[in-house]
Amino acid sequence: MANGESEVGADAPAGGFVQLLTPEGERVDSVTTADGTTYSVDFTDEEYRGLYRDLVTVRRLDSEALALQRQGELGLWASLLGQEAAQVGSGRALRSQDMAFPTYREHGVLYTRGIDPIMPFGLFRGVDQGGWDANEHKFNGYTIVIGAQTLHATGYAMGVTMDGKTGSPDGEAVIAYFGDGATSQGEVNEAFVWSGVFNAPIVFFCQNNQYAISEPLERQTRIPLYRRATGFGFPGVRIDGNDVLASYAVTRSALDRARQGEGPTLIEAYTYRMGAHTSSDDPTRYRIASEVESWKAKDPISRLKAFLAKQKIGDDDFFDEVDEAAKQLALDLRERVLAMPDPQPVTMFDHVYPNGSPDLDEQRRQFTDYQASFEGSGH
Amino acid sequence: MSDNITLGKALNHGLRRSLEGNAKVVVMGEDVGKLGGVFRITDGLQKDFGEDRVIDTPLAEAGIVGTAVGLAIRGYRPVCEIQFDGFVYPAYNQIVTQVAKMSYRSRGKVRLPIVIRIPFAGGIGAVEHHSESPEAYFAHTPGLKVVTCSNPADAYTMIQQAIASDDPVVFFEPKRRYWEKGDVDLAADLSGAYPLHKSRVVRPGTDATVIAYGPMVRTALDAAAAAAEDGRNLEVIDLRSLSPIDYEPVYESVKRTGRAVVVHEAPGNIGLGAEIAARVTEHCFYSLEAPVLRVTGYDIPYPAARVEEEYLPDLDRVLDAVDRSFGW
Repeated sequence: MANGESEVGADAPAGGFVQLLTPEGERVDSVTTADGTTYSVDFTDEEYRGLYRDLVTVRRLDSEALALQRQGELGLWASLLGQEAAQVGSGRALRSQDMAFPTYREHGVLYTRGIDPIMPFGLFRGVDQGGWDANEHKFNGYTIVIGAQTLHATGYAMGVTMDGKTGSPDGEAVIAYFGDGATSQGEVNEAFVWSGVFNAPIVFFCQNNQYAISEPLERQTRIPLYRRATGFGFPGVRIDGNDVLASYAVTRSALDRARQGEGPTLIEAYTYRMGAHTSSDDPTRYRIASEVESWKAKDPISRLKAFLAKQKIGDDDFFDEVDEAAKQLALDLRERVLAMPDPQPVTMFDHVYPNGSPDLDEQRRQFTDYQASFEGSGH
Repeated sequence: MSDNITLGKALNHGLRRSLEGNAKVVVMGEDVGKLGGVFRITDGLQKDFGEDRVIDTPLAEAGIVGTAVGLAIRGYRPVCEIQFDGFVYPAYNQIVTQVAKMSYRSRGKVRLPIVIRIPFAGGIGAVEHHSESPEAYFAHTPGLKVVTCSNPADAYTMIQQAIASDDPVVFFEPKRRYWEKGDVDLAADLSGAYPLHKSRVVRPGTDATVIAYGPMVRTALDAAAAAAEDGRNLEVIDLRSLSPIDYEPVYESVKRTGRAVVVHEAPGNIGLGAEIAARVTEHCFYSLEAPVLRVTGYDIPYPAARVEEEYLPDLDRVLDAVDRSFGW
């Protein structure tokens, strides 16, 4: 709740959260938080179906990616399983002019930006380090050093203000993604300080998925994360991170606040990482099956499906068609990932410096000569 | 038409010129605004360019560099001031993991034209953390360019060139030379300027080559003047750029003189002198009359101010190394 304590949702943690769709698929018309802000959504049937399609699609692509990793086609995969609603809701809340700064898990946000889902696969397959243009896609490179991107987002947001692009409904806003573990980083706390001091048009979107690899939330904080915002002088709101409607409504409101020049907001999306931290992790070493089971009952997709069915917004034909379309997208993605060429080794010397470097030119030449020395030798 | 001004004032003029020439240039750091910086390098800039372009930041070095990254992605050209050498480490993560790698990570699609100014090295009688020479940490990191000026004329042009460059540049300023004066042509533009990443022979000579940078260039020149009285003619090279290093003038010189002495304040162990000695040995092996010698700080934390004179390379230690080279 926005600095409040009102309980919303039977499954809410102490202190409550904004929930517009219960795990059983019941709509809550609106939620008013302690600071008087009312959150709601006003979606058409088509828009509801669109959100459902997004959720199913990003989950299906994610499972395909994990399969590719298990088959040795990716070096690593960071699964978003369980966090689809947080990502799709917040991602769909962005307007086209807004800029997003992801971690390495925001494949769902990437998808909602209209970006080809293959874009981050070069990174996970090991053929490049990302390699995309942040400005072209309004989506910064995946940032692996925990929390570093929150400062980049803050600086970018300061630039938005300096460019005079706030203070109107068409203004620009910035969203920075990070996790519960990142909130312990000094740089994230510096980002909070700076964005507050400079009234930066930014939304800090924390996906609290309860674990930083193996360490539970209690190892990062002794108060709910959203309440940290108070100390930095801006609002903090906790949402049901498995509720795509709450994620959309609260993020949209916070972004609009930012673009109007009203400064930062911290959103804590209370969710759960259903899978491992990455494909290299073994969560059975640090959490119990019953906990995972209890979160399955709060699944973001099944609740929206239940709602659509009850409201007769979606029927079995629709659900089947969505599954089939997602499957086709996943198979297409698989084909294209497998077809990704390995880079030419000599390209490792490229782009170290925008203006090049005579030293590296010399090393590239030596490398090329050395490689050429094996030609015809049977190596 | 030249003005005789201090190195600090030359930097101030260079920053002013960059702010005038490009609306995207912003200066940011602790106390750079109203105060004009603890060394007054940004004196008067906020008054003339406003609080949005000369930004007093929160006291957080990672924040200074991290937000500069975001500003650069947005199209700005931030010039960050780190107040002292020993305070750059909170920003080291951002500099090494983000600033240095963004071009590589994005395959050249995201450029970070950021300048990180760091007053460095000792000789001012300061307390701990105010006299360090951390240049090797940065020169070792691919993706960063590292430069340092040794005189007012270079300070004036090099800071402008660094700001104009699309490369991220760590710009080390020899703080004890801030008050030394020299002639600077403030009207000159950059078109005919000496290239940023070229080293330069600052005193021609024939008997031995002394290689220095930043605050040690003055020391090397003083040593050369003293050596001349003894009939030894030392050539002095100012490296100016520490990454990349422009080695050609160094090789050319050592092939002529047969002797090389590298001078820097930083501890010698794994320092720039080691790399330079290795390269000179590789390229000038048959011309060398003696091993490449190093005159550096000792491998200790920067000591208390009352003993820094003994710690710092000075004229006598440079001449001692030259003597040892000749005695080989």
